[in-house]
Amino acid sequence: MSRRRVVVTGLGLTSPVGGDVASSWEALLAGKSGVRHLTADWAQDLPVQIAATAAVEPTDVLDRVKARRLDRSAQFAMVAAMEAWADSGLADGGVDPERLGVAMASGIGGVTTLLANYDALKEKGPRRVSPLAVPMLMPNAPAANVGLYVGAKAAVNTPVSACASGNEGIALGTDQIRLGRADVVLAGGTEAAIHPLPIAAFANMMALSKTGSGESDADPTTVSRPWDVARDGFVLGEGAGVLVLEELEHARARGATIYAEVLGTGITADSHDIAQPDPEGRGGSRAILRTLEDAGISPGDIAHVNAHATSTPQGDIAEGLMIHATLGKYADEVVVTSTKSMTGHLLGGAGALESIATVLAIRHRVAPPTINLDNLDPAVELDIPTTARDLRAGDIAALNNSFGFGGANVAVAFGSI
Amino acid sequence: MASTEEIRAELAEIVNEVTGIPAEDVQLDKSFTDDLDVDSLSMVEVVVAAEEKFSVRIPDDAVKDLKTVGDAVSYIEKAQAAA
Repeated sequence: MSRRRVVVTGLGLTSPVGGDVASSWEALLAGKSGVRHLTADWAQDLPVQIAATAAVEPTDVLDRVKARRLDRSAQFAMVAAMEAWADSGLADGGVDPERLGVAMASGIGGVTTLLANYDALKEKGPRRVSPLAVPMLMPNAPAANVGLYVGAKAAVNTPVSACASGNEGIALGTDQIRLGRADVVLAGGTEAAIHPLPIAAFANMMALSKTGSGESDADPTTVSRPWDVARDGFVLGEGAGVLVLEELEHARARGATIYAEVLGTGITADSHDIAQPDPEGRGGSRAILRTLEDAGISPGDIAHVNAHATSTPQGDIAEGLMIHATLGKYADEVVVTSTKSMTGHLLGGAGALESIATVLAIRHRVAPPTINLDNLDPAVELDIPTTARDLRAGDIAALNNSFGFGGANVAVAFGSI
Repeated sequence: MASTEEIRAELAEIVNEVTGIPAEDVQLDKSFTDDLDVDSLSMVEVVVAAEEKFSVRIPDDAVKDLKTVGDAVSYIEKAQAAA
């Protein structure tokens, strides 16, 4: 029996550059940054005072009473899932609930709810800890709330692998459909960690750029600069993306709009260090090779790579090495993009946002630019356009890479269909 | 000392904030569970917010006896009078 094929039939997104898919995609193609100064009082003593905050507050979109029962990460997940679900056309009984699943990832979970309740505990006593704290802060709360919204009765899962989580959600959703355990899975990731504690923690491990904060008067929109010689760390972002994954024949039978096919996925671990990437990117290379093998495609089929490239000194170079190690002579021909130059790093939401950008690049045959790339690091030999670049006609595939603390590597290959 | 109606109105605001139920529906004869559909976790939220608002303590043992809005208002009135 031939393997069940998985396609993308719905998209939903809320990001630092737009409150939905259309506005985010338009901003990405135009090279618009979502990085801003943090003007709140709580940010003024922090070592980092910029972030890519959501373009649209989720509480402006969601019902007030429902929103107050959700951590911000679940609010983002719900906004993205509602758009994706409507976009898929499945809402009116288009799928058997027992064949409907969710794979909604998060890197950190409901951290702002946890910390707000700890503040209440310290300042006002245990009576003031919310009775909703646990169902709000648990890492599977975004997945569970999305599952309740669509009525999913197959598996409702939450993969957690730091900044690779969003891609792992897509890989898990793809597996569930291939294994015959579901016909439709809402897959993606969410994150809402723009809070003094995560900012201080990331800054103290020297992962965040300090440019644009404190004494620096740099424009925040110029700080996230993957592969540029002046890059000095990532910019924290927030938001969520959801892809409706559907078994190909199920989608065809109902005449669904098919954006792209999930051709293959690859998951590996570095086994190198808890936080540092393998300097030669060997774990990431193995993830890409597994993805090509799983997809049954050759390096020459890849027209575009949406890179993980977070704007850190080591990571961006390692990913360049991976692309050369895996695509060989075709590494010079692929159009490489880091949308994080505009969105910052959504951590557990990154893989989902960037998979949506990859799917749309295939569908519209245009790759978003990488902004702020004024002087390409000489250690990186890649074709990285600084304005939107058309992709070739015909059958094409594109890769989305995500790598996370713990040495997690997840690549996903999408293809035209 | 706040009047019964003032306490009811302020309690109604809390119930609206927590559950979205229109404040004008929160009348003395209404049952929290049967008429207003306030679930148990929301009831805890309402009680804690009411404790803060009215500067009273409503122990968990007392909460289970607060069937109607009127029960809650009279409990708060008595607790305030005893303070």
